[in-house]
Amino acid sequence: MAVETDVNDMLEAAGPYDRAKALSAFRLGDATFYWITRLSAISVLLILGGIIISLIVGAWPAMKQYGFAFLWTQRWAPEADPPVLGALGPMYGTLVTSFIAMLIAIPVGLGIAIFLTELCPQWLRRPIGIAVELLAGIPSIIYGMWGFFVLGPFLAYTFQPIMIRIFDGVPVLGAIFAGPPSYLSLFNAALILAIMVLPFITAISVDVFKTVPPVLKEAAYGVGCTTWEVVRNVVIPYTRVGVIGGVMLALGRALGETMAVTFIIGNSFRISSSIFAPGTTISAAIASEFAESDGLHQSSLILLGLLLFVLTFFVLAAARLMLLRLEKKAGK
Amino acid sequence: MNFVKAIVAAGLVAASTSAYAADITGAGSTFIYPVLSKWADSYKKDSGSGVNYQSIGSGAGIKQVQAKTVTFGATDMPLKVEQLEKDGLAQWPMIMGAIVPVVNIEGVKAGDLVLDGPTLGEIYLGKITKWDDPAIKKLNPNAKLPSAAISVVHRADGSGTTFNFTNYLSKVSPDWKSKVGEGTAVEWPAGVGAKGNEGVSANVGQTQNSIGYVEYAYAKQNKLTYTGLVNKAGKAIQPTNDAFQAAASNADWSHAPGYYLILTDQPGDKSWPIVASTFILMHKDATDKAASQEALKFFKFSFEKGDKMAEELDYIPMPDAVVKQIEKTWSSEIKS
Repeated sequence: MAVETDVNDMLEAAGPYDRAKALSAFRLGDATFYWITRLSAISVLLILGGIIISLIVGAWPAMKQYGFAFLWTQRWAPEADPPVLGALGPMYGTLVTSFIAMLIAIPVGLGIAIFLTELCPQWLRRPIGIAVELLAGIPSIIYGMWGFFVLGPFLAYTFQPIMIRIFDGVPVLGAIFAGPPSYLSLFNAALILAIMVLPFITAISVDVFKTVPPVLKEAAYGVGCTTWEVVRNVVIPYTRVGVIGGVMLALGRALGETMAVTFIIGNSFRISSSIFAPGTTISAAIASEFAESDGLHQSSLILLGLLLFVLTFFVLAAARLMLLRLEKKAGK
Repeated sequence: MNFVKAIVAAGLVAASTSAYAADITGAGSTFIYPVLSKWADSYKKDSGSGVNYQSIGSGAGIKQVQAKTVTFGATDMPLKVEQLEKDGLAQWPMIMGAIVPVVNIEGVKAGDLVLDGPTLGEIYLGKITKWDDPAIKKLNPNAKLPSAAISVVHRADGSGTTFNFTNYLSKVSPDWKSKVGEGTAVEWPAGVGAKGNEGVSANVGQTQNSIGYVEYAYAKQNKLTYTGLVNKAGKAIQPTNDAFQAAASNADWSHAPGYYLILTDQPGDKSWPIVASTFILMHKDATDKAASQEALKFFKFSFEKGDKMAEELDYIPMPDAVVKQIEKTWSSEIKS
């Protein structure tokens, strides 16, 4: 009782309640909030546009000089007179390393995720989960050093000679696995990339696998499905969109990864059929040459950057398109 | 009022001391960095002013001094006189040093192997691919060489060391001259690229059956296996201080306009064939004249007191007569 009177007293003391004033204060708050969020959203577009414009401005001299031939010229001779520069070597290296990396990382990453969510005993789940997360937390320079000092020599003495011997003389495969073994090669870079992007695929897949309603899985087990059949026919179809999202995120990282790759790819602009030969990627080429470049050379490196930007954009766009198609198909 | 005065006074003191302690700024060549940082250390003890030198590479050093973001630039590739005049820059050689081929072959110790210019060119052209190639065997009849593929290491970044190395190969191998030529970043026909003298050292130290080229101090510090070279006189020479001095003594600085002189493939029985110099670039009419005078004081100190430090690191100091001439250049060209 006493409390109630107190509140009434206070309300009276505050004077007559001004409804219009209170409402306009709300409106002002709403408008401010609306504009703050809107500006934040627009700033993303401005930054993106600014980056594209400055890349185009920087790359313009090279575009004017080489035109589309830049895309299929393999020579990279910045000191020639006039400089002959082409993007084929770095583009080839970028695509090949990312492709091999995904070839390794997707099955392994999904395997880990399926094991963790469907098969793993409870006590093992946390250690493996934490290990995968730690893998994601290792800075890329550490991967580069490890690849350079440990993985490179190891592969050059064990894996590479074996593969070279097995496929020696076999058409096509013999050219892909041609010698000599090398500490620094496209394959080594791809393997490091695979390890680096593995956590992305695994972590996202684990998260989306957990969203599968238990009732679906239990129903499948109920009618006698094996674990493989449950994963194949229930879990994967249900979570397809999420898994592909994770894979695309991983691919995006693989395409742009710089430091670790620069360490172990060998920075050579020649294109070789062998994946055990040194090569270069777009980002590695920019990282190792930008500081000492000028004029057309620098402009060409910026153009390479623009190409990487476009390449990544197309990969993401293709992923979106694929998802849309899948959803449509599933809808029918 | 006293309080305000005290603050103003304190501010003035702070401003004047910070101006006094302002560092001399420079950027460029990684080749000169080991000795320059030693000079800077002892100059700081001597005079109190420090030197802030970024070893970002010759090309970048030239760009920074042109853009006036640093007081001096250092480059291993001298600028031509026309370029110097266009940019209003003064140029002089600061130190000389040697570039040596380094290898990593099991059982081969430093100095065991001897190469000549054309063979080195063929290796870097990717034409000689195995260590037991007849051309290498002919130069080293007693060495035990494996039948292993040569893993060629070169610089991935633009570099003054590369300029001097390819300049040498162009002089001794017509094939190299027509196919690749000279420059700070050439179109390498073979091998893997590594960043900086440090990167090449690490790569060669790490990779079996590899060959690379580095500034001598890097080979020594990293305990790499250097090779001997056959010089212009046809003599096989080991990379020693005497051999470097012999090559440097040929240099006729007094008749080179703008000190434009490249010291590869010098005559003389005892000359090491790949000797390089690092050049300092400064604006003749600098915006901050006090800073450029400070920098000149540092260089004067280095010329006077730095010879021993340079020799400890196996650089070759500039001869006294040349130093006198350089000091004359300073007073006539750089406005105070």
